[in-house]
Amino acid sequence: MVKVVFIDIEDGRHELDCEPGKSLMECAVENLVPGVEAECGGGLSCATCHVYVDESWMAAVGQPTNKVETVLIESLESLQHNSRLSCQIDLNDSLDGLTVTVAPAIF
Amino acid sequence: MSSNTCLIIGSSHAAVQLVTSLRQEGWEDEIIVIGEESYLPYHRPPLSKAVLKGEKKIGDILLRPEAFYDKLQVSFKLGERVTAIDRAAQCVTLANGGTVSYQKLVISTGASPIILNLPGESLEGIGYLRSYGDIETLTPHINSGGKAVVVGGGYIGLEAAAALSARGMQVTVLEALDRVLQRVTARELSEFYTRAHERRGVQIVTGASVTGFVGDRKVEKVLCEHGVEYNADLVVIGVGVRPNVTLAEAAGLTIDNGICVDEYSQTEDPNVFAIGDCTSFPCAATGTRLRLESVPNAIEQAKSAAAAVCGKHKPYTALPWFWSDQYDLKLQIAGIGRGYDNIVIRGSLENEVFSAWYFKGDTLLAADCVNQPLDFMAARKAILKGISPSRDEISDIDFDITQLGVQ
Repeated sequence: MVKVVFIDIEDGRHELDCEPGKSLMECAVENLVPGVEAECGGGLSCATCHVYVDESWMAAVGQPTNKVETVLIESLESLQHNSRLSCQIDLNDSLDGLTVTVAPAIF
Repeated sequence: MSSNTCLIIGSSHAAVQLVTSLRQEGWEDEIIVIGEESYLPYHRPPLSKAVLKGEKKIGDILLRPEAFYDKLQVSFKLGERVTAIDRAAQCVTLANGGTVSYQKLVISTGASPIILNLPGESLEGIGYLRSYGDIETLTPHINSGGKAVVVGGGYIGLEAAAALSARGMQVTVLEALDRVLQRVTARELSEFYTRAHERRGVQIVTGASVTGFVGDRKVEKVLCEHGVEYNADLVVIGVGVRPNVTLAEAAGLTIDNGICVDEYSQTEDPNVFAIGDCTSFPCAATGTRLRLESVPNAIEQAKSAAAAVCGKHKPYTALPWFWSDQYDLKLQIAGIGRGYDNIVIRGSLENEVFSAWYFKGDTLLAADCVNQPLDFMAARKAILKGISPSRDEISDIDFDITQLGVQ
């Protein structure tokens, strides 16, 4: 299992054991992390699974590979340099210990 | 048996969000979900996309893993049909004769495909596209090089056409009205999608009224008015849905294009709620009562219902939105364009990257965005805030759309 820490929008801390191969979004949704809505189910149509990746994890997580993710994130007022859509981050052992903060709701 | 039960009839998108939100809102008592389908709740949109393309199966599209429901202490009665609701006694009867009592009832029975009931419809190779069971009916007849006829040029029909084309079938779409997507979009979008499909090898025929199907044991031809025929190895029918209101109606609840609920997803019975495709509700965006066939709508109604069940008041005010994926064309729609009187196109229809902005006078109602997620997000924000850009701004490609709604 891959350990992931979510800091939610109310500063709550969720330490989770997530299945490798699933997306970060799925882990959040299945564990009821507040603020990760995933309205479109991971289809790059909504941007409601937006998270901020902890500085120390940015290199390991990397930048978006899909242009649609980039466009969606860049359209957000809550955009930060460490923004990612969690539905596009697949969990594996190299991300064991990953810490992210849930971004505020868009609307 | 717990003395306080929230019972949910229907086990799809709305139900899953409901049980999630119930626990989040503090419901600590029993939650039971009764569903007709034998599968755990699954994502329905992929049925006409990745699943029909053969890329995903049921195990890949479950809304949540089984362990999720165990963690939330939600119990399911799958493959069970409710036959009656007794609101006075606060219990429901099942087809197997059993009964289940409730303190709070949430109806999320969804919608069912409109059945054509034409001659020859029971031939093999003909199916609808609403449930995973429909996929299982169609799959044996999907073969590369074969002919597929799609009856219905709405979103389901066009998505099915794209998926079957991706599987190597020769596809013909038969639409009875004079353009595809007539009910839901402007003529410019109908023309765009017709060209997009045709340039990818799919035949679109409008004004085509299907009268029946012929074949030996399996379908061989689709018959239309005026003696027109189309060869077919596979027929997918997608001509709309009707909300499943029978149980609610028999139980004496008000029906008006769906089970009537208010902005809290509550019916006239304080203990009965309804959410998703089976309902009509007062839409904040249009100021009218609407029924919406959309996943985001099911999710938002579920959230307001969960709050209401727990005695809280969280009205459904979210702006309706919708998506459709066909080939490499990602369509995102913000708002509802009904009642528009003029439309502005931004971008290039030819290059398949554009947005269509629906106005009523000077007021922005909605935007259909194709491969333009930036425009979609901007439109969504603007409409929600009640901000209407000028038509000149929208049609000026140098206007920074991200400034819309930022004050």
